Amino acid sequence: MRKLAPRLISAIGLLLAVLVLNFLLIHAAPGDPVQVIVGDMGGASPQLIAQMKAQYGLDKPLPVQLGLYLWQVLHGNFGYSVYFNMPVLDLILQRLPATIVLVLSSLILAVVIGTLLGIFSARRPRGILSHLVTLVSLFGFSAPVFWTGIMLTILFASVIPIFPVSGMFSVRDTGGFFAQTLDLLRHLVLPSVTLASIYIATYSRLARAAMLDVLGADYIRTARAKGLSERRVVFGHALRNGLIPIVTMVGLQFGQLLAGAVLVETVFNWPGLGRLAFDSILRRDYSTLLAILFFSAILVMVANALTDLAYRWIDPRIGGGRTRKATKTPAAPGSKSPGPAKG
Amino acid sequence: MTDATNTAPLTAPVPEAPAARPTRPAVEFARSFAANRPALFGLVLLIAILCMTFLGPLIYPVNPYDIVDMPFAPPGGEYAPLGTDYVGRDILSGIINGGRATLAVGAAAAVISVVLGILMGALAGFYEGPIDAALMKVTEFFQILPTLLLAMVVVTVFGSNLYTITAAIGIVSWPQVARLARAEFLRIRKLDYVEAARTAGARNRYLIFRVILPGALPPLVVAAGLSVGSSILFEAGLSFLGLGDPNTMSWGLIVGQNRNYLLDAWWTVTLPGVAIFLTVLAISLVGDGINDALNPRLRRR
Repeated sequence: MRKLAPRLISAIGLLLAVLVLNFLLIHAAPGDPVQVIVGDMGGASPQLIAQMKAQYGLDKPLPVQLGLYLWQVLHGNFGYSVYFNMPVLDLILQRLPATIVLVLSSLILAVVIGTLLGIFSARRPRGILSHLVTLVSLFGFSAPVFWTGIMLTILFASVIPIFPVSGMFSVRDTGGFFAQTLDLLRHLVLPSVTLASIYIATYSRLARAAMLDVLGADYIRTARAKGLSERRVVFGHALRNGLIPIVTMVGLQFGQLLAGAVLVETVFNWPGLGRLAFDSILRRDYSTLLAILFFSAILVMVANALTDLAYRWIDPRIGGGRTRKATKTPAAPGSKSPGPAKG
Repeated sequence: MTDATNTAPLTAPVPEAPAARPTRPAVEFARSFAANRPALFGLVLLIAILCMTFLGPLIYPVNPYDIVDMPFAPPGGEYAPLGTDYVGRDILSGIINGGRATLAVGAAAAVISVVLGILMGALAGFYEGPIDAALMKVTEFFQILPTLLLAMVVVTVFGSNLYTITAAIGIVSWPQVARLARAEFLRIRKLDYVEAARTAGARNRYLIFRVILPGALPPLVVAAGLSVGSSILFEAGLSFLGLGDPNTMSWGLIVGQNRNYLLDAWWTVTLPGVAIFLTVLAISLVGDGINDALNPRLRRR
């Protein structure tokens, strides 16, 4: 916790950079906003145009405009969404929970299924399950996630109709809290399985490689020699170390998970930030789109901080050494044995 | 060191000398790749898809924008073998002609991201210190922004045509390559042969591009292959969201346009998706094969 202050400063710096990027993007966008308003009004005198520019601060030099923008954002003003008829901040806070529910449930699903598949296939590297892991990961890497979602919809909402096609809740009021939660879960199954499908691939591969490494270690031989049951050895001793690369990947890929959520939410009409991004693109609603970008950056940073905490819990020896591991693990497949084929 | 052991190896190797000659790396690579069934399958699949995309329009000259039948004509119909979409356009022709944009954007975006990534990673890994810290800060900045979302914003702001889409995908997907390149450069720059070249008076630019880069290339080649696959998925995703070039037929576009009718006309969304899936599958199989052929020690896994 001693390193909290520099971390916080670095985080604030990154968020500021996102805001500056947002500002520059709006600025670079073709089209003059005042001209748009004037066009809607059916024309205006040069005096009125100048007056409007002054009113919105558009006559000031660029750095001053940037300062004004940052000042507004600091006060929670991300602009007003004309289409949804409410302040952008309210809109985002309203949609945020749905995205968090979807992303977290997919993450849990992917980590649990991926790790279990990885463990069991590491126990028998030439078994059927091991080949299954290879197949599943090939599918997960290659299938476009929106297409996976559509295929699951056709299968489980039309051919075998057991899950709802889209949305987060049924239209009719299902009554009590328990019934509502059940309704939510029923709606959640297809979207979260779809989103998880990509990551089950990654995690099962990682878990298998990590477990193969760990199961060959000396301390595992010691544990077996002590006469521990195989289950204690695998889940009690090996899993803890086998989890480290998975935690690394979860932290690194959280942004990708949010990006996948955009597509999945669009397919399933899930009322989260991703669907909102899709809708605001259709309406050219720049302020909403940019605010979504900013809030996803915050989500990714929170996820990275949580990943750090998870590291410390899994491996107490790690104290802020995350970057070392982070650069090491994803490079593993290519760089582990550098180019002996060349020799 | 008795006489018996000494004389035997003296006579034995002479007739076997040709076999002991080391095979050339390229030959060894090709042999190792050819022995890998899935990789070979991927290569054949990839060639077939490329043939379909570039020769298909000659064999099946139906305009993908022409209305050839009733909307939602099912596959096996008289005018459209794979059925028609929501306005009655031929799906088969859409798949044949939609591959060009998807493959071109995927390949070009991958080139941008790999060149940018290698440049950033090489500079960061070679110079270390403040340059490394600054470049890694930039990388970190791009990694906290969800790639697809950033690309969506860029394409929305600058308009959707093939160039902005390619640039957007390339710009958001270089950080992974950069991290890989940096790790390789950090490792290789400490090796003796690099020190030797430095002592011999090589300049930094020569050291980076002529001395270190060739050694760092094998994992980067694999990363480049995989990034073609992910760029194709990326382009498909953008087209699906309606952000593709509206004047260019592409696989993602067909899926996106017919999404609302998926329960009435499954073929309109299923078949173009299969095309994307098979293409990316072929590329990742070939990529895996190259990786295994370059790293024989990892192959046992």
